[in-house]
Amino acid sequence: MKPFTFLTRAGLASAIAVTASLAMAAPRTDLTLGQQLEPPHLDPTSAAAGAIDAVVYSNIFEGLTRFASDGAVIPGLARSWEISSDGLTYTFHLAKGVKFHDGSSMDAEDVKFSLDRARAEDSANAQKALFAGIASVDVVDPMTVKVTLKAPQGNFLFNMAWGDAVIVAPESIENIKTMPVGTGAFKFANWVQGDHIDIVKNPDYWGTPAKLDKVTFKFISDPTAAFAAVMAEDVQAFGAFPAPENLPQFDADPRFKVLVGSTEGETILAINNKMPPFDNVKVREAVAHAINRQEIIDGAQFGYGTPIGTHFAPHNPDYVDLTALSNYDPEKSKALLKEAGVKTPIKVKMTLPPPSYARRGGEIIAAQLRQVGIEPQIENVEWAQWLEGTFRGKDFALTIVSHTEPMDIGIYARPDYYFQYDNPAFQELMTSLDFETDPAKRSALLKTAQDIIAKDYVNAYLFELPYLTVANAKIEGMWVNAPTQAADMTAVYWTE
Amino acid sequence: MSDPRTHINPKGVDLRLWRQVFSSRSLALGLVLTLIFTGAALLSLIWTPYDIETLNIANKIKTPSAAHWLGTDHFGRDILSMIMVGARTSIAVAVVAVGIGMTFGVPLGLFAAARKGSVLDELIMRANDLIFAFPALLIAIMITATFGASAVNAIIAIGVFNIPVFARLTRSGALTLWQREFVLAARVAGKNAARISFEHILPNVTNLLIVQGTIQFSLGILAEAGLSYVGLGAQPPIPSWGRMLADSQTMISFAPHMALFPGLAILLTVLGLNLMGDGLRDLFDPKLRRARS
Repeated sequence: MKPFTFLTRAGLASAIAVTASLAMAAPRTDLTLGQQLEPPHLDPTSAAAGAIDAVVYSNIFEGLTRFASDGAVIPGLARSWEISSDGLTYTFHLAKGVKFHDGSSMDAEDVKFSLDRARAEDSANAQKALFAGIASVDVVDPMTVKVTLKAPQGNFLFNMAWGDAVIVAPESIENIKTMPVGTGAFKFANWVQGDHIDIVKNPDYWGTPAKLDKVTFKFISDPTAAFAAVMAEDVQAFGAFPAPENLPQFDADPRFKVLVGSTEGETILAINNKMPPFDNVKVREAVAHAINRQEIIDGAQFGYGTPIGTHFAPHNPDYVDLTALSNYDPEKSKALLKEAGVKTPIKVKMTLPPPSYARRGGEIIAAQLRQVGIEPQIENVEWAQWLEGTFRGKDFALTIVSHTEPMDIGIYARPDYYFQYDNPAFQELMTSLDFETDPAKRSALLKTAQDIIAKDYVNAYLFELPYLTVANAKIEGMWVNAPTQAADMTAVYWTE
Repeated sequence: MSDPRTHINPKGVDLRLWRQVFSSRSLALGLVLTLIFTGAALLSLIWTPYDIETLNIANKIKTPSAAHWLGTDHFGRDILSMIMVGARTSIAVAVVAVGIGMTFGVPLGLFAAARKGSVLDELIMRANDLIFAFPALLIAIMITATFGASAVNAIIAIGVFNIPVFARLTRSGALTLWQREFVLAARVAGKNAARISFEHILPNVTNLLIVQGTIQFSLGILAEAGLSYVGLGAQPPIPSWGRMLADSQTMISFAPHMALFPGLAILLTVLGLNLMGDGLRDLFDPKLRRARS
């Protein structure tokens, strides 16, 4: 070998070594996040699918206010606001220098457009109730918006934090479903349907810029495949991991960390209140006493879950622990059925959607109900069938589902909601809650509301769904809790 | 082989058959495996080691032990008991499905053979071809997805796909028989086609049907396991080997016994039935028998 070439090679080699070590030293700036459900499209203002917000909330779209990881409502595009003394007028001061991803600037006109669009007669918004209290939206100047309410509303700022209330631009609204244009710290880049969505860092972001350059949302619906993808490090994190039984393994592996947080998901055995014999409160109470919550949490969730006794999140300060009202007491359950005068065994249809809390929980509940003389006939269905037949068609007796919307006790005031609970006293209570702005009185009303539905045994309340995240041990800044369905990646970074 | 006639005992019971059964190792093994699983299924009607209707969550995912020979599943149920009752589900589905196939397929095949070349023959056989052309499991999934997932629908789905198998087999077997002298004699004696079909043709295709039935039976068990695995077979709480496999899927990394035993049950039953089918074919096929002796 000639000395010249040798030296050149040695120099090259050391240069490569230096570059490699530099590359090693700089933390990674890309991340692939696994999620179970792929969104049907990317417009959060026209569909109820939580999978949409799980991609776009806070990453691509922002609202006037927003949720923090702990559920607190904090300023979003509105940096500050004033509330008139009568509680009817909210004056929002918008952040300066905010630009949509297409380069157009975000101003008061866009806010007016977004809110008027959401509350319009023909609006496709899935949560129109959030905007029902708005009387008018007025542009004061490009940086100031005045929202006038029909009546004082206690949770208006909370409502504006929902993913359904994000600010969109009239210029880009037409293609929002496939080409979402928002104001967030990330821009939409690419969507390979059936596989993944890429978002990239927005260099012109008005606020604290994102730490990652690129995030890929990879959709893996099968729990076994999800487990394999995390183990093989094909995805570096998985939000709302679907198989709690695998968590101890991740926990024991130094490559990963497991985050166990709370969601707003009240997991319930929903009962069709209009279908005999469940129109009889005694029969519903019998169902409640036949259920052993701890067994369901241990058997279906492998211990992850907090028992609940009413439709309210246990981490909420207004939560009342009413689990004692529906304690596990099969003897009482049998007595109640006898008292109700129904002939056992009662054969009923139990419809189960795909998540393991429903499928496994359903098998356990069916076994528990059989002990008291109720014989559920299990029917496993896919989500589309569940939404069509059970949720919209109301063709079910029993079903298991987790209600993940925040503060959704108001659904019990809707007699046409799928479990068809119709109690005028409760509806009245919810109406007065809407107009109540005094925090102490609101708290008292919420507690009464929890009490009413627990004592009416509308549904059997099982447990609060935990938010289970598996992530590479070197990733920081993931949301531990899920106050709303979101995978906020704006503060996520690699430590090395 | 020595002259078989020397083995006819005084009471006239033919020992040749049994000798042949046990001289073929695969047939013997197949028979033993089949008997084990059929026996387990029958036994489960009156007794299982543990009750599988009640769950025992506190006792979940236990590895095999003296108390639970094959361990417990994620609901604390005894896996041995589950496999025994699961055998019942599998066998019941397969028996009825093969039964449907034979009940409709054999008469259709006999009829087509008797009316060979007629429009009806064409119609019957082309309709069968149509069903045969579709991948059976795919259509079974379609049927159960349309009419709801249940053991009954799984049986119907699997059964329908057994019809062309038996119809074709019966027809081809019967066609050669129609050329034989004894059939000609029966026709000369004035018997009509229906009587000839059932009195002379059918008894002579029985061997074929038994062999094919055994094979279809094992395919039926596989199909049931496959449908249950994707959630379209027997619904809980009825145990099914396929669903036991599906349930254990996410736990295979820390509780392999939950997948191993139902998997083995499917494997051994299907293996047993196939060995038995092969052995029976060798036994019944005169050409093979002559070649061996």
